[in-house]
Amino acid sequence: MLNDVQKHILQMVADMAKVPAQGAVNIRANGKKEFRQNSEHITIESKTDRDGIDIRIAPYTKAESVHIPVVLTESGFQDKVYNDFFVGEGADVTIVAGCGIHNGGECDSRHEGIHTFYVGKNAKVRYIEKHYGEGEGRGKRILDPQTVLYLEEGASVTLETSQIRGVDDTKRYTKAVLSGKDSEIVIQEKLLTHNDQNAVSEMDVILNGENARTQVISRSVAQDGSTQVFYPRVQGNNLCFGHVQCDSIIMGSAKVRSIPEISCNHVDATLIHEAAIGKIAGEQILKLQTLGLTPEEAEQRILDGFLR
Amino acid sequence: MLELKHLSYSVPAEQGELGILKDLSLTIEDKKLIVITGPNGGGKTTLAKAIMGLVKPTSGQILLDGRDITDLTVSERAKAGISYGFQQPPRFKGMKVKDLLSIAAGSELGHDQACAYLTQVGLCARDYLDRDVDVSLSGGEVKRIEIATILARQAALMIFDEPEAGIDLWSFARLTETFQDLHDQKKATVIIISHQERIIRLADEILLISGGELTARGSADEIYPLILKQTLTGCNMLEVDRKC
Repeated sequence: MLNDVQKHILQMVADMAKVPAQGAVNIRANGKKEFRQNSEHITIESKTDRDGIDIRIAPYTKAESVHIPVVLTESGFQDKVYNDFFVGEGADVTIVAGCGIHNGGECDSRHEGIHTFYVGKNAKVRYIEKHYGEGEGRGKRILDPQTVLYLEEGASVTLETSQIRGVDDTKRYTKAVLSGKDSEIVIQEKLLTHNDQNAVSEMDVILNGENARTQVISRSVAQDGSTQVFYPRVQGNNLCFGHVQCDSIIMGSAKVRSIPEISCNHVDATLIHEAAIGKIAGEQILKLQTLGLTPEEAEQRILDGFLR
Repeated sequence: MLELKHLSYSVPAEQGELGILKDLSLTIEDKKLIVITGPNGGGKTTLAKAIMGLVKPTSGQILLDGRDITDLTVSERAKAGISYGFQQPPRFKGMKVKDLLSIAAGSELGHDQACAYLTQVGLCARDYLDRDVDVSLSGGEVKRIEIATILARQAALMIFDEPEAGIDLWSFARLTETFQDLHDQKKATVIIISHQERIIRLADEILLISGGELTARGSADEIYPLILKQTLTGCNMLEVDRKC
């Protein structure tokens, strides 16, 4: 049975006020299976060789979702899990992951979620992952996710990842290999750091398939004395298109580095990158003040919109 | 009623100070449509910004309905009933048109209400409500959305700073109708900074601001000939002795 703290975290990271009546579900709490349910065309099974699950989505599955949230509430718990997703040809699914840590103690709590996706021909996946930390303890809340994706012909993936707040340290790594012709991935990363938190996000998108496409949109807000580093790298090895856009708002004494890299290894590869780091424009605050908001309210509305 | 008393604003210059507004005093009655016009660099925008609180006057007083608002912040003036449409409105990444309209209205706007404000500036709500107010919008589109926020704000005193700038002819015609409607409804005092004859012709009264001073004031029929008479070649030296 989940306690109230765990239920609150589930709500934060997976919008799960209660277990969805439909779709496949796996809730992992403090390293153990807390709840599991399969749906008509989606099965979840524990791995036998290491900690983790295999999620198998049958070909042409439609209108079925997968929820696999992770909750850590035991201070000092170190959790590492391997989750593999096999998405069948022509399936169209939404997968909601997410991890929340409540650390009320003195020891560091850490979760490493290693997710690998095998996305079949013409399959369509929307993957939503939220990370969140809370708790009064001095122990750190650490989240180190790795997401690796392999896309076949015509496969299409939208990756929506967001670090809401409260994560002291994060090292994110995302790798997408688009080998299939006409495959596409859109990566939308949103990240907020505050106090003395650190975040590093590395990304490799490899466009091997003819007419493979990617769009990487990274938006971050670095508050207080936090630091952020971004390394989005896109490689074009065929006729392909890629666009990387990194935008950061910097506040207080925060530090942000943004190092996008695009490499073309084919004459028909078109890759673009844009990166911008800056504070909130004074004009924006003033405009919202003329609409009746205080400067503090204006700042919050601007940040909420930016990280929406 | 809006009263400006001996309002001055100056900025540091190479030699002493440069006066942008010079001891300007005037009164604007409630529910009137006033057009402020005059040459570029004459102090019109500074005057509007001083009323909104975006510029702090060097000296003088601003009174709204008898209350001294000279030291109020921008937010306080907004709450007191003043609104200002920027000449060059800022853009916001991630903020949707409907969010901005809702902030202006002070509460979450329903689809129909938001749609009505956009229609008044010649935009189709279906195409715009869910769009971000960012660089994906053209200058004219952002400008029209800015005007829609002022309409949604429904303040007692609305100031529009060159609302026609960057707007195409077709949209401008629609906008003129909107200002005419605002005038006919007589719910608010409307101040428009403009150079357009069609807008000038809507005014109850025109204020001619030049060199930081109020140089003339009167009806369109009185002031418009003055404006035409003062038309310059763009070079004062050339005007005087045909040599520059």
